[in-house]
Amino acid sequence: MDDMMFLTFLATLVGAAWRLATPLIFASIGEVFSERAGVLNIGLEGTMLVGAFCGFATAFATDSVLLGLLTGVLGGMLFGLVFAFFTITIKADQIVVGAALNLLGMGLTAFLFRTYYVSTGKGIEIAQPVHIPWLSDLPFLGEAFFQQNLIVYSTILVAILATLVLYRTSFGLTLRAVGEHPKAVDVAGRNVAAYRYGAVLVGTGLAGLGGAFLTLGHSNQFVEGITSGRGFIVLAVVVFARWSPIGAFFVSLLFGLFYALQLMLQAQASIVVPYQVLQALPYIMTIITLVVVRGKGAAPGKLGQPYEMR
Amino acid sequence: MSQKPFLRIDNIRKRFGPIVASDGVSLEIQEGEIHSLLGENGAGKSVLMSMICGMVRPDEGEIIYKGQSVRFNSPREAIRQHIGMVHQHFMLVPNLTVAENYILGQGSALRVINDMDEVHAKIRELSDRYALDVRPDALIEDLSVGEQQRVEILKTLFHGIDLLILDEPTAVLTPQETDRLLALMRDLVKDGKTVVFISHKLDEVMRVSDRISVMRDGRVVNTVNVADTDARGLARMMVGRDVGMELARNPANPGPLVLSVENLTCRSETGLPAVRGVSLHVRAGEIVGIAGVSGNGQTELSLALSGLLPVDGGRVVLNGKDITGLDPVRINASGFSHIPEDRHKHGIVMSMSLSENTVLQRYDQPPFAARGMLNRRMISEHTRDLIKRFRIKSRDEDQRIGDLSGGNQQKLVVARELARNPDFILVNQLARGIDIGAMEFVMEEMLKQRDSGRAILLISTELEELFAICDRILVMFHGEILGELPPDRTRLDELGLLMAGKTEQPALAG
Repeated sequence: MDDMMFLTFLATLVGAAWRLATPLIFASIGEVFSERAGVLNIGLEGTMLVGAFCGFATAFATDSVLLGLLTGVLGGMLFGLVFAFFTITIKADQIVVGAALNLLGMGLTAFLFRTYYVSTGKGIEIAQPVHIPWLSDLPFLGEAFFQQNLIVYSTILVAILATLVLYRTSFGLTLRAVGEHPKAVDVAGRNVAAYRYGAVLVGTGLAGLGGAFLTLGHSNQFVEGITSGRGFIVLAVVVFARWSPIGAFFVSLLFGLFYALQLMLQAQASIVVPYQVLQALPYIMTIITLVVVRGKGAAPGKLGQPYEMR
Repeated sequence: MSQKPFLRIDNIRKRFGPIVASDGVSLEIQEGEIHSLLGENGAGKSVLMSMICGMVRPDEGEIIYKGQSVRFNSPREAIRQHIGMVHQHFMLVPNLTVAENYILGQGSALRVINDMDEVHAKIRELSDRYALDVRPDALIEDLSVGEQQRVEILKTLFHGIDLLILDEPTAVLTPQETDRLLALMRDLVKDGKTVVFISHKLDEVMRVSDRISVMRDGRVVNTVNVADTDARGLARMMVGRDVGMELARNPANPGPLVLSVENLTCRSETGLPAVRGVSLHVRAGEIVGIAGVSGNGQTELSLALSGLLPVDGGRVVLNGKDITGLDPVRINASGFSHIPEDRHKHGIVMSMSLSENTVLQRYDQPPFAARGMLNRRMISEHTRDLIKRFRIKSRDEDQRIGDLSGGNQQKLVVARELARNPDFILVNQLARGIDIGAMEFVMEEMLKQRDSGRAILLISTELEELFAICDRILVMFHGEILGELPPDRTRLDELGLLMAGKTEQPALAG
């Protein structure tokens, strides 16, 4: 019977890992776009919070998950527009602006939430798992892979689409060039700033989506600081993934696995490790990742540097 | 005369802030010629050509191309008119393949790239036709500088050119690659294309051009047929006066021994034997030259002498004191000055001001420091004095040295090293990257130093430099000193043979 228990445990773990990885997948694929264009957006934590709040507020008012997701994306992009304006047009330091937006995102969402929603205590409708005939009913495999909601499934689509755009379209080619040798792009007749704006908007839109998933596909509530550092973990995911969308997908899954593991181990009464240690697992992995994978030369050459037009 | 000019530049003016880059330039390029643009650094060659290829917009004047007045707002527009330029700093994206670089910015941004096979085929065909050896699927970052340059040239062919502009293309090439490039230029002209070749190397310009325009101070001073001129005449036009490399100099009057090197051996940074038992001596009041093809241990010799590379064996004695294997600070303090080969690595700190660079070795000593504090006023005064004496072109002593031209950076290094009143000066490539006017100046300065009793060792790959100021020339080959010659141009053959490692000297017997 122990084998059966272990298999059940494993199936639950994998299912939870994918769910918990979903916000990371969206945001890290987005950040891959941004960084490939040479823009290091460390403001993702704030951006994801804005996405989470916008999604929650919209679903609260309309009871529509889809509209919630949409406003989550738009909220993220609006934040991205502010970031892009300061870093690309004004050429302010990307780290400083990113840090400022993190603080703004945290403060703004906390303020609005406390002002309008905290007393209601009401949850929202969230996306429900879809039942796929036959597949969802498979033993173990069903729980591991086929009992998710549509948002979780869409991560596969986003990863494939992102790869095709980045490697198979003229837009993607130019984007990759912009982060490496912007002047060459300029000489080839493309507008470097426009591409960077585009990349930041894709990045923050996806980060907003990742944030919105937290309230609309996962928890049914907004909580202050609901992202709990995911925006920073995403930065590590992108490095580990060596700036590739498919890589970002799988590395996010790995981090999702750590999240799931710590949650499930906490639930096991037999484990005596303090739960704080388990909770720290994803963050410890982030630090280890950054130390081990650091500086392998895969980073875009002009990452973090503004471009001076002629 | 009867030919209508292919490209006519009429009274172009361009200013960048207070600096006049083009001061009413007029120039005519004929179809199907190789037209060289010759001039010192900062004469305005690159800026002029950047205006023709749409990188820079002129303030005034007219460009008439194929009989029509044109005004390009971007390089793209110039490319559409079949004007291609290969810049000094390549416009290639390192993490993309050759083919991807070529299609960068082509077509609609939302286009799906599905014609890579055709692109590859076209690249292969062009590469074969001009023997360029370019693989379409190679990543740029895996290619050598010479290969990247061929990729750049092929890029212009790929986009279609009638006019090709090459900006100082040979600066990064080996002699063999240079020969290949000059041959390629001839091939292109044979196919009906027109080539503008920007250079400041007289010999290359003489070898390949049909006509030569000489630029100075933002103007074209003269255009001549190559058959009607010679290197000396061109040099005169470049600097605006006669430059004999024959500097006026007194016979040497060598005094006591200053530096002696005995049987020095050391290895290169990669661990291979680089200097294999070099012995030499330099007396006060003489300039000893070391000639040789680069890569024969000269770099390691100078690094080992100045304490930047560990010594494996042998002795270096300066003024009777053994300085073998000491650290650079102590070697510097023993009356040793070093004008390094790679000034960015060993000579100056690019992000610091002229003042700060001037006191790099002495910031902690009086009069530049007292009780642990810098004496800024003293440092500034000293730097201003050097700027004036060495005619270093800079805004003031607080300007970032990285903003200066290479020639002026070199002048500061020379000024600083001489100002330390050394007994011995080690120079590796005195005139690297500096123009003829400045070159003459620093050479004269070296002769003055010699006459005031200093010992100088000049390592150089430029024979002209060695002939002009040395009293004796040693030849280094494969880590050894093969022989010694007087600086006599008539014995150039002998020198060449030694540099190639040939030592058989039949007439020596007796």
